[in-house]
Amino acid sequence: MKVIILGATSAIAEATARLYAGEGAELLLVARQPERLAAIAADLRLRGAARVETALRDLADDGDVAEAFVGFIAALGGIDHVLLAYGVLGDQKAAERDPATARASLRINFTTAAAWALVAAEALERQGHGSLVVLGSAAGDRGRRVNFVYGAAKAGLATLVEGVAHRFANSGPRAVIVKPGPVITPMTEGFANRKGLMWASPETVAAVVRRAADRGGPVVYAPWFWRWIMLAIRLLPTPIFNRLNI
Amino acid sequence: MSWGRVLRARHAVARPHWRDELPALVGEGAEAGGKLLAIGLRRSYGDSGLNPDGAVIDMSGLDRAVAFDPETRILRAEAGISLDALLAILVPRGFFLPVTPGTRFVTLGGAVANDVHGKNHHRAGTIGRWVRRLGLLRSDGTAVELGADDNTGLFAATIGGLGLTGLIAWVEIEAMPIASAMMEVETIPFASLDAFFPLAEESDGGFDYTVAWIDCLAAGGALGRGLFSRARHAATGPLAPRKQRRGSSLPFDLPGIALNQLTVSAFNELYYRNGRRKAGRTAMPYEPFFYPLDRIAGWNRMYGRRGLYQYQSVVPPDAAHDATTAMLRAISASGQGSFLAVLKTFGETPSPGMLSFPRSGTTLALDFANRGASTLALMERLDAIVREAGGRLYPAKDGRVPAAMFRAGYPNWQAFARHVDPGFSSSFWRRVSQ
Repeated sequence: MKVIILGATSAIAEATARLYAGEGAELLLVARQPERLAAIAADLRLRGAARVETALRDLADDGDVAEAFVGFIAALGGIDHVLLAYGVLGDQKAAERDPATARASLRINFTTAAAWALVAAEALERQGHGSLVVLGSAAGDRGRRVNFVYGAAKAGLATLVEGVAHRFANSGPRAVIVKPGPVITPMTEGFANRKGLMWASPETVAAVVRRAADRGGPVVYAPWFWRWIMLAIRLLPTPIFNRLNI
Repeated sequence: MSWGRVLRARHAVARPHWRDELPALVGEGAEAGGKLLAIGLRRSYGDSGLNPDGAVIDMSGLDRAVAFDPETRILRAEAGISLDALLAILVPRGFFLPVTPGTRFVTLGGAVANDVHGKNHHRAGTIGRWVRRLGLLRSDGTAVELGADDNTGLFAATIGGLGLTGLIAWVEIEAMPIASAMMEVETIPFASLDAFFPLAEESDGGFDYTVAWIDCLAAGGALGRGLFSRARHAATGPLAPRKQRRGSSLPFDLPGIALNQLTVSAFNELYYRNGRRKAGRTAMPYEPFFYPLDRIAGWNRMYGRRGLYQYQSVVPPDAAHDATTAMLRAISASGQGSFLAVLKTFGETPSPGMLSFPRSGTTLALDFANRGASTLALMERLDAIVREAGGRLYPAKDGRVPAAMFRAGYPNWQAFARHVDPGFSSSFWRRVSQ
């Protein structure tokens, strides 16, 4: 099994990579910080990965995306799964005040992610098999005042991946958007009280991500109950929704 | 909150994931009023892993293996990696931890900072003897690499140093070769404490691992009856990858009444009879042998909301028989027995740390449901016996030892104190050193 992980230093990506390593997979890890990338690669080799390659790249740079992706595939000698796992939560208040901040958030979380998802989809379609798994967010299901800029980008990404899955329907490859609820990762560091049933560990989400590459989809929630919570939130009438501080 | 759940406190916690984040966090934390302490998977029972009103660095996010060389057997990893993860790396390659405590859900850094021991103490000594090098971040901004060749004393202070000499960032330990993931285990019932000591002496020569469970509620002629378990790594058998399946978990606190003298006494009776019935030799995978309690996640909640105290003592060989008898009599008379009473003979191998708990003699580990004053009174009676015998208590399991008792048991404590990083502290340290 050959797996490309875009945004390999994210906590959910690293936890998922450990599951792949335990299966003896061959991995290509893409991220921009060389020391952190090297630390993860060494660890995954010891945890059982048959091979770990790394590629330094700022994924928010979407110049020559297609060529770069061809290079990733060549480095690994093929692909079976692609996991797109990078993103930034950003500062919602700053994004509301400053268009440049909002644009940067949308660019990282949607524009560039969409570019990578599209070139990955092309490659999978050409070879006729494989899975594209993209990390979205439950925050994309209904715009809420606490994080709607981030949520809008993840909503766009979800629609894009759903479209890719539709394009793949009745053919070999698969595409899945995984929407986690809140996860205890560096991204949410600083949130008060990350405890209780609403907060998942990266390992819990990783198990869902790993399974999504094999079956289910095209929209998977992590953990599963967020599907029903978000459905309820989407169905809330606006007057009630407006009174909630969520 | 400690694993014993008696002691609870609020902390300002940093959760780094990368080595490059540590120097800044150590600098910030050490400047905080309440000073700094690193924590791991929080399996310490008492207050050695608490630093209320101070800063805490949760190291469990730094859990990566760095390198392993099968030739030199040296494995290097970040300090927050669990022994569970290390076993998953080592066992399929034909290696094992040189020393392992009774749970694999502790970090490597925590194992070193408590200089943990295992059922093979009589052969291997403590884990500190197998630490080849470690990286320590001090609050003055320096990063030092230490090994047994260190002549400043800082290495000896850091092994078993309860995290007080600085932040252990990474550790290199020497692994032990094994031929199989299976264990050959023999269980021998013994009818009284008097039968334990010859059994232990006879077994320590031929078996890598020895330990005994004792029924600490049995009284009179059956005082100290129990099941002696001795084992070695099997010479043949698979190095198969382990099943990841975790057993059951205890998601809530049992009511305090659930563990009373009747239920524990009934459990002990059944456990002893069952062990006697099944006595003899068997082969089993290493997990159930070393880590029976790891199958029940959150087992500490069995003791209810008030939590439990662990009490682990060691007494020198000369006093072992009399002191252990006296302790068991005191427990039996109080009726506050537990089902996790464990007796083991430590070997002669000296421990490398200034504050290491293991020394030659006999160690008794007990747990007591927290029943307030009566439990504290029982532990004070036990303290008197241990102190009289020239023994000491295990800081990792303690939340109450009086400072005088600690100082008597650890005559090196003042030499150790000179190596304590001025930016680091813990509840335990403030309690016993001030």
